[in-house]
Amino acid sequence: MTTKSIDIGTAAMTASSAKTYTAWSRLLRVLKDLLANPSSGFGLVVIAILLVTALVAPWIAPYEPNMINLAKALQPPSTAHLFGTDELGRDVLSRIIHGSRISLTIITIVSVIVGPLGLLVGTTAGYFGGWYDTVMMRITDIFLSFPSLILSLAFVAALGASLENAIIAIGLTAWPPIARLARAETLTFRNADYISASRMQGASKLRIIIKSIMPMCLPSVLVRVTLSMATVILTAAGLGFLGLGAQPPLPEWGAMIATGRRYMLDNWWLVAFPGGAILLVSLAFNLLGDGLRDALDPKQGH
Amino acid sequence: MNAIDVRNVSIDLGSGAAKRRILGDVTFSVKPGESFGLVGESGSGKSTILRCIARLLTLWDGAIEMEGTSIKDMPFADYCRMVQMVFQDPYGSLHPRQSIRTALQEPLRIHRMDRQLERMERALTDVGLDPAFLARYPHELSGGQRQRVAIARALILEPRILLLDEPTSALDVSVQAEVLNLLADLRTRRNLTYLFVSHDLAVIDHMCERLAVMQHGRVVEIMDRAVLSTGKANDPYARELIEASLAYDQAV
Repeated sequence: MTTKSIDIGTAAMTASSAKTYTAWSRLLRVLKDLLANPSSGFGLVVIAILLVTALVAPWIAPYEPNMINLAKALQPPSTAHLFGTDELGRDVLSRIIHGSRISLTIITIVSVIVGPLGLLVGTTAGYFGGWYDTVMMRITDIFLSFPSLILSLAFVAALGASLENAIIAIGLTAWPPIARLARAETLTFRNADYISASRMQGASKLRIIIKSIMPMCLPSVLVRVTLSMATVILTAAGLGFLGLGAQPPLPEWGAMIATGRRYMLDNWWLVAFPGGAILLVSLAFNLLGDGLRDALDPKQGH
Repeated sequence: MNAIDVRNVSIDLGSGAAKRRILGDVTFSVKPGESFGLVGESGSGKSTILRCIARLLTLWDGAIEMEGTSIKDMPFADYCRMVQMVFQDPYGSLHPRQSIRTALQEPLRIHRMDRQLERMERALTDVGLDPAFLARYPHELSGGQRQRVAIARALILEPRILLLDEPTSALDVSVQAEVLNLLADLRTRRNLTYLFVSHDLAVIDHMCERLAVMQHGRVVEIMDRAVLSTGKANDPYARELIEASLAYDQAV
């Protein structure tokens, strides 16, 4: 910034560097930061591959995921069936590829439910305070005091076993940590001068929460949602494994492990490959979440 | 009719034996077009009374009237159009994730004002900034520039009264003078009423016609600016404060 003596009204300060600072350039910079770090870069690449796989699953899968061929049941990995076949002769690789769609659906729907819900509960509780805060936080405490798989189990048991109900159940158990986080963040700046300034301009409470507070909470909530995606995948797999999530013949990874378990000792590939897929994807989300935390941290001096 | 009338405003915290008086029977009034200073050491309650007037604090007793209407009876939208505030710390008073455009446009949107772009550009040129600053973010500006933006934001609703909470104490000395000159200039051009809080008597001497000296949550004396140079205050604390300030100026 050029410093010159200012004669008010005549010589206006000029904006020297014409730096564009748009949302788009910020996104590109965050992506660059993520790829620069090996672990978060790995996470980003794995998730990108998962996305592409899910998108083009019918074209890249070598077989139909539900095509039964009893003559070729339980074949070990070979060139014809890279990941082998299961007890009904279905190609494991094709099932894993199609299963990526189910995992992605679960992740997307859960984050669409959980992110906004947690953010709304947390920011309103933090900003309004008083009895509203107490009530919301005690509800959050109740949800937090159950292990998430057990609580999801209870919900699924009440709602009935299906993929949709599993998604709802996981969504209901995943929002409390996010609400907690958003509330804590809100408390740190609810009395900041820029909130007071906004109030003095006549902004309504809702406007302050949406326009001033939510943008401040968004980075940490985004990180937290990404990190909890790993838990969501594991919970979904767990529910599938217990037979309460996706129902046969859906190629959900947890359900695949559940059916493969009976043949596991002699046919390791039935369990190893879906298990590896779960491991890889939940690891990728964890690494990406850690990377996002560094890339979005405002204190890192951007 | 006075621009600001503060009568017997007090704040008590706690109850029973633990009851503590934060502000005690503060009374003063500011005439239209006048610049009135509030001075006192840290913790003397000067910012607290300003926050009461700004309706950021609501738990007080007494009466505060703006242009003859009690601020408790005034619709908040009307109040915002009449009174605005400039905060002490320009690093904390601008939203870090909002561009200058958003910061200036928000009040216009809230009050559904017309010709928004024109008003925003004029607000910036009025405080000596180029309209190109609209695309900037606070972290791209210096402290002095941020405070100019904060002043532009306060003035964009065309208020008649401006509350200034130590607007220059977070800036370094050369920038302080620029911002003070800007504020003095804006006051004459727009015929604004200022309520100026500061602990710096030199700043008050430069900016205000009258001032109130506060200590321990009470106004100990209301005086004219002329008293600052003679040092002939009636109250012993006020006299001590002025003498200390004069001695400091001579030492510097």
